[in-house]
Amino acid sequence: MPLVAETKKNVAKEKVTIVAFLCNWCSYAGADMAGTSRFKQPADIRIIRVPCSGRLDWLLISKAFKEGADGVLVSGCHPGDCHYTEGNYYARRKLESLKRYLPLFGIEEGRFEYTWVSASEGKRWSEVVEGFTDQIHTLGVRQAG
Amino acid sequence: MRIGVFVCRCGSNIAGTVDTAAVVERALHEPNVVHAEDVTYSCSQPGQDAIKNAIHEKGLTRVVIASCSPRMHEPTFRRAVAEGGLNPYLMDMVNIREQCSWIHDEKEIATDKAVDLVLTGIDRVRRQHELQSSTAPITKRALVIGGGVAGIQAALDIADSGLEVVVVERDVTIGGKMAKLDKTFPTLDCSACILTPRMVEAAQHPNITLMTYSEVTEVRGYVGSFEVDIKHKAAYVDFDKCVGCGICEEKCPRKAPDLFNGGDYKSKAIYIPFPQAVPKVAVLRPEYCTFFEKGKCKVCQKFCDAGAIDYEQQDRVVTEQFGAIIVATGYDLFDYKAYYPEYGMGRFKNVISGMEYERLMCASGPTQGHIVKASDGEEPKTVVFVQCVGSRDDKVGRPYCSGVCCMYTAKQAIMTREHDPDAHTYVFYIDIRAGGKGYEDFITRAQAEYGVTYIRGRVAKIYERDGKTVVQGEDTLLGEQVEIPADLVVLATGIESSQGAKQLASTLHCSSDGYGFFTESHPKLRPVETQTAGVFLAGCAIAPRDIPSSVADGSAAASKATQLLLKDFMVTNPQTSRVDRSRCIGCYKCVEVCPYGAVEKVEDVDGRPVANVISTVCQGCGLCVAACTTGAMTLEGFTSEQLIAEVESLCRL
Repeated sequence: MPLVAETKKNVAKEKVTIVAFLCNWCSYAGADMAGTSRFKQPADIRIIRVPCSGRLDWLLISKAFKEGADGVLVSGCHPGDCHYTEGNYYARRKLESLKRYLPLFGIEEGRFEYTWVSASEGKRWSEVVEGFTDQIHTLGVRQAG
Repeated sequence: MRIGVFVCRCGSNIAGTVDTAAVVERALHEPNVVHAEDVTYSCSQPGQDAIKNAIHEKGLTRVVIASCSPRMHEPTFRRAVAEGGLNPYLMDMVNIREQCSWIHDEKEIATDKAVDLVLTGIDRVRRQHELQSSTAPITKRALVIGGGVAGIQAALDIADSGLEVVVVERDVTIGGKMAKLDKTFPTLDCSACILTPRMVEAAQHPNITLMTYSEVTEVRGYVGSFEVDIKHKAAYVDFDKCVGCGICEEKCPRKAPDLFNGGDYKSKAIYIPFPQAVPKVAVLRPEYCTFFEKGKCKVCQKFCDAGAIDYEQQDRVVTEQFGAIIVATGYDLFDYKAYYPEYGMGRFKNVISGMEYERLMCASGPTQGHIVKASDGEEPKTVVFVQCVGSRDDKVGRPYCSGVCCMYTAKQAIMTREHDPDAHTYVFYIDIRAGGKGYEDFITRAQAEYGVTYIRGRVAKIYERDGKTVVQGEDTLLGEQVEIPADLVVLATGIESSQGAKQLASTLHCSSDGYGFFTESHPKLRPVETQTAGVFLAGCAIAPRDIPSSVADGSAAASKATQLLLKDFMVTNPQTSRVDRSRCIGCYKCVEVCPYGAVEKVEDVDGRPVANVISTVCQGCGLCVAACTTGAMTLEGFTSEQLIAEVESLCRL
């Protein structure tokens, strides 16, 4: 038992690279809200701001994995609440299919997730970060090839 | 290319956890970075001057500012950079406060992350180029959704500045909840006396059009040019013909629930909500009407001299153009009949809500201002008020304070004693929140001058015994159980978001919180704006508010809308999409996905079908970019090149 705990601890210390794409209107604002509320979070995640989750295409997410990201997270407005009316519906369809394809390309399940966080959900954002970071730590650094 | 990097210390907000000097040092090692410094407050005048000076002295062609969220100060720094003589879109912000220093404790970790983010920002800004804003026309009309006191105030203010306003109200009359109140705290002004003149003023104002019994169903477009579908619900009365004489209501043989007075009171199937209604017109409710039920009656039509009754009337949708929208949808009251089994859930006749009590006290109410028990019509000698019913209670999903109940309870207790100096009044409370001007004095008056007994504690149970309604609770200050046999119990029900508010937020592309209240653009500095340009907020649509705050909100939102509408044209955001015609194959997937109709089908000089973006209509979401299969579409400010550079930079570090 102590051995497992020890291993887990070591795994947790390993630096992983997580790229997160956040829509400007909901999730980026939610992440700001988390900051303003001082909800502490693990520091492995790096956020890229995009106008809308619908701006994302397979290319950007695949590119992140190609460049060595250990995890990629996308977060947008809740379906139905898109700042641009329907961008996140397009996003959801695209991201869901990508999520199913990625394992075929050797990206293990769990390394890519998408979620919805609104501008008022600072707490939720910090929980998403914590959960996803844990998940990527468990999966560990991605092996080249 | 000459890049300048400014790392903000934000006092100790950033410098407390990020070693800004180390970030500066690291940035200086990057190619093209010719200047880097850390600044105490980059948004302050000296901070902005430092940026402008460096642009001049070092000949900077790109600027990276690592500070707070771009959602906070991007416009500030764009302006500063422009004043420094550089195109404002050659500046980029890196968020090392909300998303770094404020969420990490260890200086080493936070500094590492800040370095990563700054280097990524440098890689991103390299790929930026000059962008020029263009201008778009503005529809100089405002829409106010909701005709309560906040909406009325907003409409009057805008109309007084010479602009046209349409007020859409879903009820028959404007006036909102305030029209139902008897008195207002803490001055005990007669609510109707101060509100109804404003209602009439709004109705008679040459620049205001009231559309009552109507709802907003669809909103298209964007700031400066919204296109709004408004549904006028079938009232079976022609509002243009109805003179509000009330003969139809008098003659109508069918009783129906009195929506204005609430409780178990009755009005008629065709009714005018209250005598001072504006517009004063009748509305027929088919669900209670004998004619709609049995095909005969038509009494109202027979007696209507104006010929206003129209049984054939249908819902009617009109489409109107506006430049700005104000949301003043108000609130609803917590439904005590759906919760708190220990309070009877409506089973006890002599347990009523604060609003029902308000109507009882009001001279224009169902009892002409006589406070009587619903059970036997007798005057109550002991009245118990229970506060925080549907407020500050996680158990019923309302953990927030409704802000007004302490005050309206005190008002009602005082008015009870005014009506009957021999009546005994008790108030059960958790804490007294009396933060407004003159509020604390008012509470003190209730206790000292009017002898209202305040008992600190939640009520555990209400039950009936020997013709009395017994209130049982704990006096937590004395540490003992109390039991008061009351004649009437008034539940101070809290404020919740207006029914349909969440759906309206979706229609307007605004965010709302978990309780259905609209989210402000910034809780402190932009309290009546939303994230959607051109959409403003007032009153209880934002959060529980009292009347003075709602009126202040109404004026504030009006001033924001007026600022926008008084301009001759609007400067548009140049971060829009553009088409590389040499790559475009005319598949028009972009046209299909664009939510704004901003992409049009055109022919190139050689007759080839290509896409064209109308930049003044484009809102910069980038859906077209993701849809484009040939890479012909580019979103300025978020080009694939830039995003890929960010990805590469983050993964390399």
